Amino acid sequence: MTAPILRIQHLSAVSDLEGGAPILRRVNLELAPGEALGLVGESGAGKSTIAKALLGVLPRTVRLTEGEITFDGKNLRTLPPKALRQIFGDEIALIPQDPLTALNPGRRIELQLTDGLRMRRKLPWREARARALQLLAEVHINDPERVMRAYPHQLSGGMRQRVLIAAAFALEPKMIVADEPTTALDVTVQKQILRLIRGLQEAHGTAVIFVTHDLGVVAQICDRVTLLFSGAVIESGSTEEVLGTPKHPYTRALIAAGPRYDRPGAGLQPVPEAVIAQLRADVAATDGRPGA
Amino acid sequence: MIALAVLKRLAMALATLAGVAVVVFLLLRVVPGDPISMMISPGASEADIAALRAHYGLDGGLLTQFGIWAASALRGDFGVSISLHRDVVQVLGERLPATLELAIAALEFAVVLGGFVAVVGAMARRTALESVIDAVNGLFLAVPDFVWALALVLTFGVLLPVLPLTGRLDPSVSSGMITPFYWAESLLRLRFDVFADLTQHLTMPVLSLGLPLAAVIARVLKGALNEAMAQDYILLARLKGMSKLRLVLQEALRNAIGPTLALTGVQFTFLIGGTVIVERIFAYPGIGNMAIDAVINRDLPLIQGLVLVFAVIFIAINIAVDLLVVLFNPKLRHG
Repeated sequence: MTAPILRIQHLSAVSDLEGGAPILRRVNLELAPGEALGLVGESGAGKSTIAKALLGVLPRTVRLTEGEITFDGKNLRTLPPKALRQIFGDEIALIPQDPLTALNPGRRIELQLTDGLRMRRKLPWREARARALQLLAEVHINDPERVMRAYPHQLSGGMRQRVLIAAAFALEPKMIVADEPTTALDVTVQKQILRLIRGLQEAHGTAVIFVTHDLGVVAQICDRVTLLFSGAVIESGSTEEVLGTPKHPYTRALIAAGPRYDRPGAGLQPVPEAVIAQLRADVAATDGRPGA
Repeated sequence: MIALAVLKRLAMALATLAGVAVVVFLLLRVVPGDPISMMISPGASEADIAALRAHYGLDGGLLTQFGIWAASALRGDFGVSISLHRDVVQVLGERLPATLELAIAALEFAVVLGGFVAVVGAMARRTALESVIDAVNGLFLAVPDFVWALALVLTFGVLLPVLPLTGRLDPSVSSGMITPFYWAESLLRLRFDVFADLTQHLTMPVLSLGLPLAAVIARVLKGALNEAMAQDYILLARLKGMSKLRLVLQEALRNAIGPTLALTGVQFTFLIGGTVIVERIFAYPGIGNMAIDAVINRDLPLIQGLVLVFAVIFIAINIAVDLLVVLFNPKLRHG
C-alpha cells in the first residue's frame, strides 16, 4: 500500500460540556490517496468530531486528549496555527451537510465560488471566474453563466449542493471531508450527487471521507468503511468485507436494520437492544478496545 | 414591481394622513381649553369675544369648521398661528429644517456608534470584552433621552462649561445662510466657522437623542451578527481563509442589516418624538420645542399643522425603511 494521505492514531477526545465525557476513544483510521472511506455511525458516535478535527473547526467545548492526526506526513496536532491555515480549507476541503445554509444568501454564486481561487491562489478576477465556470460544467450544471450570476435562493437544493461540490474541488485539495452531503436532499437527487462526487474524486484523484449514518451510501461509493459506536471503532475494512461478511454483531444488526427491497412488507428490523447494551458495556469496559 | 408597491404605499400614506387630520381636529375640539380665552385681555366684552370667535372661524359648527380647515389645507393653507400671528406653513418651514438636521445628525451618530459597538462585540464573541460591552450597553438601553440631556447639561454646561447650553447658532456668528438647513449649507459653502458653532450647539442634543438609539442598534445588530456567524456559510468562508474582521464585515453584516433596519426605523420615529422634550431642554429652535408652546397656547392651527408634519415624517421613515429592507435582501429584490 502506498503511504497513506491520512493516518489517525489513538485519537481520543472529551467533551468539557459533559464533565469530560469521552467522545472519541483511541480511534485509528487510515486513508490512501484517492481512496473513499465511509465513516459510519449513529448520531453521537463521534464521526462528525473526527470530521471537525480534520478541518480544524472543533468546538471550544471539545478537547483532543491523545493521539495523532498525520496528514500528508505532517502531524496536525503539533503544527503552528499559520501552517494549519494553509492546510484547512486548502489541502483539506469540506462538502457541507446542508446546502441551504452553506451558501451566503447575500452574495452571488460567482463571488462565493471564486473566493478561494482569489484569496488562496491569488488568481485575478477574470481567471478565477473562468476557472469557476469550468468547475460548474464539471458538476454537470448546464447553464453555468446563469448560475454564476444567481443568488443562492434562486437555485434548488440539488443545484446548491453541486455548487458547493464545485467549490470543494476548486483548489484541487488532497482530501475532501463530505459531511453527510446528501442528507438534506431529495431521494431522487441523492444518487446523482453521490455519483457526481465519486466521479470527480476518481477524475481528480482526491481522497474522500464520507461521514454518514447510511450504509447504503457506503455500499454505493466507498472503497473502505470504518464503523464507529460511542466514540470507538467497532469494525473497519474494505466495503465488501465489512458489508459482505460482517464480523461484529452490531454491524450485522445494522445491515439487517436497513430496508430490504427484495422482501417488501418485511418491515424494518431495529438493532436489537441487547446488542446495543452489550456494545455499550464492552466499549465502556475496555475504553475503546472491544475484543481487547 | 417595486414601483407598484411604492405607489400602493403612497396611496395608503394619503389615507393615513387624512385619518390623522380628522382625529387631530376632533380631539382638539373635544379636550378642554379655549384658544379665545387665552387671547383676550381681562374685562373684554361679550361682543369683543364673539367678534374674535368669528374672526378665527370658531363660531360655526364642528363640521363647518372642519370643512373650512380641510379645504384650505388641501390648497396648502394651514391658516394663521393664533399665538405667533404668522402663517403656519411659513413658521413650520423655518423650524422644521432645524429639527430634521438634529434628528438626522442623531441618527447618523447612532448608526456609526451602534454599528461599531456591534461589530466589535461580534468579533469579541465569548470573551470578557463581550460581557463588558453587553453590560455597558444594557445601561445605555435603560437611560432615556431626557435623562441624558439633563446629565449632559450638568456635565458639559455647568461642571465643565465647554459646550453652549442653548440654541442652534450663537447670535455673534453671522450666518448669512440662504436656506434654513444651516448645518448642511455651511458645510457645502465651506463656512467652517458657522459649521463649527452649529456642531457645538448640536453636540449635546445629538448625544441625548443618539445614545439610546445607538444602544438599541448595537444590541439588535450584535444579536443578528452572532446569529449569522453561526451559519454554515461562515464556516466555509473561514475555511477559505478569511480573517475574522472580513467574516463579520463581508459575510455576516449584509445578512444582519435587514432585521436591524426594520427595528432602527421604528426606534427612529421614537427619536423624532424625543426631539420635543430634548429641544425644549436645550431651547433648540425646532418644531418639537414649538409644539410645546403651541399646546400651552391652545394654538389650534399650529398644533394641527405640527401634527400633520410629524405624521408625514413618520410615514416617510416607514416607507424608506421598507425600501431599504428590500434593497438589502436579494430574496426580496429578485423575487
